[in-house]
Amino acid sequence: MTGLAALLRKELLEQWRTTRLPVVATVFLLVGLSSPLLARFTPEILKAVGGDQFQIILPTPTAADAYDQLAKNLGQFGALIAVLLAMGAVATEKERGTAALILTKPVSRAAFLLAKLVAIATTLGISTAIAAAGAWFYTFVLFEPLPIAGFAAATILQWLALVVYATITLLGSTLTRSALAAAGLGVAAFIVLGILSIVPAIGRYLPTGLGAPARGLALGQAGVDVIGPTIASVALVVGVVTVAWLAFRRQEL
Amino acid sequence: MTGSASAPGTTWETTSEPAIETRGLTKRFGAILALDRLDLVVPRGSIFGLLGPNGAGKTTTIRILTGLARPTAGIASVAGVEVSLDEPNLRRRIGYLDQDPRFYGWMKGRELLELVGRLHGLSASELRSRVAEMLARTGLSAAAERRIGGYSGGMRQRLGIAQALLHAPQILFLDEPVSSLDPEGRRDLLELVASLRGEATVVFSTHLLSDVERICDRIAILDRGRRVTDGPLGELLAAHARPIFRLLPAPGQDDLVAILVDRLRAAPWTTDVTAAIGIIRVTVSDPKAAASGVLSLAVATGVILDLFERARPTLEDVFLELVGPAAPDDLDGRGFDRPREVSDR
Repeated sequence: MTGLAALLRKELLEQWRTTRLPVVATVFLLVGLSSPLLARFTPEILKAVGGDQFQIILPTPTAADAYDQLAKNLGQFGALIAVLLAMGAVATEKERGTAALILTKPVSRAAFLLAKLVAIATTLGISTAIAAAGAWFYTFVLFEPLPIAGFAAATILQWLALVVYATITLLGSTLTRSALAAAGLGVAAFIVLGILSIVPAIGRYLPTGLGAPARGLALGQAGVDVIGPTIASVALVVGVVTVAWLAFRRQEL
Repeated sequence: MTGSASAPGTTWETTSEPAIETRGLTKRFGAILALDRLDLVVPRGSIFGLLGPNGAGKTTTIRILTGLARPTAGIASVAGVEVSLDEPNLRRRIGYLDQDPRFYGWMKGRELLELVGRLHGLSASELRSRVAEMLARTGLSAAAERRIGGYSGGMRQRLGIAQALLHAPQILFLDEPVSSLDPEGRRDLLELVASLRGEATVVFSTHLLSDVERICDRIAILDRGRRVTDGPLGELLAAHARPIFRLLPAPGQDDLVAILVDRLRAAPWTTDVTAAIGIIRVTVSDPKAAASGVLSLAVATGVILDLFERARPTLEDVFLELVGPAAPDDLDGRGFDRPREVSDR
């Protein structure tokens, strides 16, 4: 794939220089740290806010609640950030004319797209890992230690779900010259996949279907089916990137 | 897909194929015909001027030849490679400078050149030496560690030239390369391009005819997507430029000068007479008759001349002869030539 290594180097440098990586990593760290805190102190906060006016009976929070809070926050904030990272990746370069600068060099269009996806996935990967490390540590401090290997595996599945949303947004960014339209496609995909996830037959094969096996792995449960949902999400990423490439290689710049 | 237009088993370097060849190249944007069956041959090693007014199709031609746009019809080959949108083999051989070069504002000048060098597969030692050389040749050494976002328009243009020349391309496309340069930068660029003669083939699009005259050995004139003419510059000048006489009347004779201009226009051996900023330009069909006739009319009118000379025909004369000034109906609101709309045929 002509030019991939040089382009990937440029894309990773861009993630750092434009402060995308440090900003996203910081936001994810805050998400990771705050999730166990919220799980631990939500009952006390509600009690303090409600005072004597309400009788609120909440179960005692557990490490599972801390993980669920993390999964929910990453699934929402994380998906939004994945869309924001990918929305301008190709559209902005086409609009500003920098895509023409690069694509008059010996670079294949597949390498151009793949370098962008890998760089975005790297930013999301580093950030998700930081969020997970922070969440695991606070869960350990406030509740109990969760199995490290299972937690790490769950983090990979959460990252994979975010990469799916980033890839769909990248497709939108490739098809149009508008970063906003690309973001629209990413958000629409997030909503549509969320709705489809309640259909039992296909729900487990969508990126939202990665949540259940990730939870099982993080909490050390046995008999978790990881293979099917993982293969389905990887296939979705590959399929969407292929469609983006087929469209991009026919585009004038 | 190999994309090679050369015969199987041969490389372009070992053939006698031209640097660039287009046949029937056509490009439509909806109802607008930007290129109309353009046939063009650019010999190897030439500095080829692509001339034409705004909207003539110069940029569209270059965009197709560099693989940024797809022709509606026709074919083109560059360095023996058939052009298409996703053809890295084509781009290995070319350098390209856009008329409005855009770069990554967060990148430093040196980093941009290093990226381009890596994309062209230069080794680490080649990269170091070529980057340093191009920064020096374009006067950007002192700004190499500054972010491109802070560069002036002229510096960006020079950086564009540096990145286009970095890998010593066989064919170099320069689309309006002097548009943002000051006179000194313009002179330097023209000298740089002229120094490539014999090393690379250069396609140089511009509407600044004096620049083309200074460095190009062959030209093609386009008008509304069509090739009006092409060939060696000297031959075109000889074939198309009509003899011209220039008269500079002494100041303070406005009434007499007006009479002289009217009489010159009425003379049978003139084809065009213009009077502007104190100079009368007389384009003639019969230089021998005009040589004595112009002076006789000046004497008869009583106009005192500070200067009378037979001017060397310029490319501007050829251009105006072949393309002519744009008619008011052909101009859009900004003074640019209006692209031609066509019906399907």
